[in-house]
Amino acid sequence: MKKLIIFLAIVIALASCGNSGKKTSTKKMALTGAGATFPLPFYNLAFKTYSKDGGNVVAYGGIGSGGGIRSLKDKIVDFGASDAYLSDEKIAKMPMPVVHIPTCMGAVVVAFNLEGIKDLKLTPSVLSDIFLGKINNWNDEKIAEINNGVSLPDMPITVVYRSDGSGTTYVFSNYISKISKQWKDDVGCAKSLKWPVGIAAKGNPGVAGTISQTKGAIGYVGSEYAFSLNIPIATLRNKAGNYIKPSLESISAAADGDIPADTRVMLTDSDANDAYPIACFTWILVYKEQSYGGRKQVQALETVKLLNWMLDEKAQSLTKKVHYAPLPTKARENARAILKTITFEGKQLVSK
Amino acid sequence: MKDQLFKIALILSSLLIVFLMGGIIFSLVSGGIPAFVEYGINFIFSSEWNPNPDSEQYGALPFISGTLMTSFLALLFCIPLSFPIALFTGDYFKGTKIASFVGTMVDLLAGIPSIVYGLWGFYTLRPFIINMGLSQQGFGVFTSAIVLTIMIIPYATSLSSEFIKMVPNDLKEAAYALGATKLEVVQNVIFPSAGSGIFASFVLALGRALGETMAVTMLIGNVNIVPNSIFSSGNTMASVIANQFGEAEGIKLSSLIAIGLLLFVITAIVNALGRLIIKKLSV
Repeated sequence: MKKLIIFLAIVIALASCGNSGKKTSTKKMALTGAGATFPLPFYNLAFKTYSKDGGNVVAYGGIGSGGGIRSLKDKIVDFGASDAYLSDEKIAKMPMPVVHIPTCMGAVVVAFNLEGIKDLKLTPSVLSDIFLGKINNWNDEKIAEINNGVSLPDMPITVVYRSDGSGTTYVFSNYISKISKQWKDDVGCAKSLKWPVGIAAKGNPGVAGTISQTKGAIGYVGSEYAFSLNIPIATLRNKAGNYIKPSLESISAAADGDIPADTRVMLTDSDANDAYPIACFTWILVYKEQSYGGRKQVQALETVKLLNWMLDEKAQSLTKKVHYAPLPTKARENARAILKTITFEGKQLVSK
Repeated sequence: MKDQLFKIALILSSLLIVFLMGGIIFSLVSGGIPAFVEYGINFIFSSEWNPNPDSEQYGALPFISGTLMTSFLALLFCIPLSFPIALFTGDYFKGTKIASFVGTMVDLLAGIPSIVYGLWGFYTLRPFIINMGLSQQGFGVFTSAIVLTIMIIPYATSLSSEFIKMVPNDLKEAAYALGATKLEVVQNVIFPSAGSGIFASFVLALGRALGETMAVTMLIGNVNIVPNSIFSSGNTMASVIANQFGEAEGIKLSSLIAIGLLLFVITAIVNALGRLIIKKLSV
C-alpha cells in the first residue's frame, strides 16, 4: 500500500512538471487538414515554414482528395484539400455550404519507365489510345512516328493508375475526356474510374513508386513526384499544336483564361500557345460558416489566418521549390475575396 | 466471497465478448443491407465494379474470387513446406537444439509485420518473378500467394508441431519394435493420431490468409477483375476495402461494408467446415 502511494506521488509530480515548463497562454493550437496527395510536397514545405515563422503547427494527412472531402463532411478536420472541385450537387450534399480556396497550380505529368529513353513525345490521340488499351506495345508505329530517332523496345505497356479516390485522377480524366470522345463515353471523368487496362497503386507516391520499379510502365502523377524520383516525363502536344514540357511558365500559361469568382474551373486542354495541357488548380475547402460542432472562434480565426498566409508572396514563392507554380494574380484576388466571406456566427473573420 | 466475485467477473467478460461480436455483426449487416437491396443476390455474382458517379455499379465477384484464389493457393504452397518442418521439430529432431532453433526461426516469421512482408515482396520478390519471366509486371495472384504462404507457415507449423509432439511415445516405440521404418511410422502412427490437429492448424493458417490486407494490397495489382490465370492481376476483399473506404459514401460505402460482411461469412464458413471435418477425423 505504501509503495503504491509513493508511486502515485511520483507520477503526479512528473505530470505536473511537464506542464509548468510551457507557456500555456501563448501555446498555439494545432490545425488539422486532410486530402489530396497531389499538393502534398507544397503543403509539407508551406506548413513547416508557417510554424517555423511562429504560426500554428499544421498536421496534414495525404489520404486522397476523396478522403479529404469525406473528412471535411464528417467535420473531423479544419480543412479539406482536393484537386477536384465540388460540383453544385456535391456542395448541396455537404452539411453546410463550402468554399474553395485555390492554393497553387500544378501539373499532372505522364511519367514512364523505358530503359535509356529520357524523352518521349505524345499526342492527344496516342495518349488516350495507350490508356484505353488500344496501343499496348511500346514499339507500336503510332508512337514511333511521332518519336523519330528514338528506338522503342518491343515491350508491353503497363498502364498505372490510382486505386483510391483521387483528384489527380479527376484532372487527368478530365483532360482525356476532352481529347477523346471514346474515353468520355466509356470511362468518363471522376475521382474513381473503371479503367480499361493497367494496374493500380495507392496514392501519388504509390503510382510514382510503381512506375519507377516497373519496366515499360506509364502513368500519371503530380509533377513533383516524378521530379523527386527522377522519373522521365513525357512531352505532350497541347491544343495549339506545340509540344510542351511541364514547367513554371507552361503551367502558369494555362491560367490565362477567365477565372470565375468562386475559382472553380478546370484548366486542362488550355487554348494558350505555351500552356501545358494538364495543368490544374488545387483547392483547400472549408465551411463558409465556421461555427459548427462546438468549434471555437479562435480555431476558426487561426484556420483563416493560415489560408490568408498561403496566399501571401512568401508562401506562393515556395511553390517553385517543389516544381509547382504560384497562383496567377486574378486567382489570388478571387481567393482573398472568398476568404472575406468566411464568417463565424455571421460575423466576418478577416478584414484584410 | 472472492470466489463468487471471480465467477461473476468471468461471466461478465464472456458476455462482453458475445455482445461485441453481436455489435460487429449488426453494424456489418445494417451497413451492407442497402447494397443487397439495390443489387439483390446478384451482388455476389456480378463482376462489374464501376465507381464513376455517372454510371455507378458494384459487384463483389472479382474480390471474392481474388480472396479465395490467393488464400487457397497460399495454403496449397504452405502444406508441403510446413508439414515437413513440423515433422522435423516435432519428431525427427524432437528436443534437440537444432529443433528449437528452427522452431524459433519459424516463430519469428510470424512476428514480422505484414507491411514489411509487402515491402519485401515489392522490392525483392517482384523483380525476381519478372526476371524469371513468369509475369510481365510482377503483380498478381501468384506473387501475393507466395508472400501469403510465407506469412502463414508459422501458424501451420507451430501448431502442427505441437500435435505431432503429443503423439504418445509408446505407440511409436511399438511400431519401431515391429520393424517399421521411419516413413511407415509417420504414415501409420503420427499421421492418424495427430491428423485432426494438423488439419486444424491448416484451417487456422487459411483463416489468416483470408483476412490478410496490407501485404496483399501492395502486390496484387488492385485491378477489379476476376483473375483469369494465377499470374493475372486481381484484387481481394480486404484490399479493396483498405483502398477505397476512405472516400466512399452512399451505395459505394454499403457495397464495401457488404464485402466486409461477405469476408466475415466466408471466414466463418471455413472455420465451421474445418471443425466439422476435424470431428469426422477424430472419430
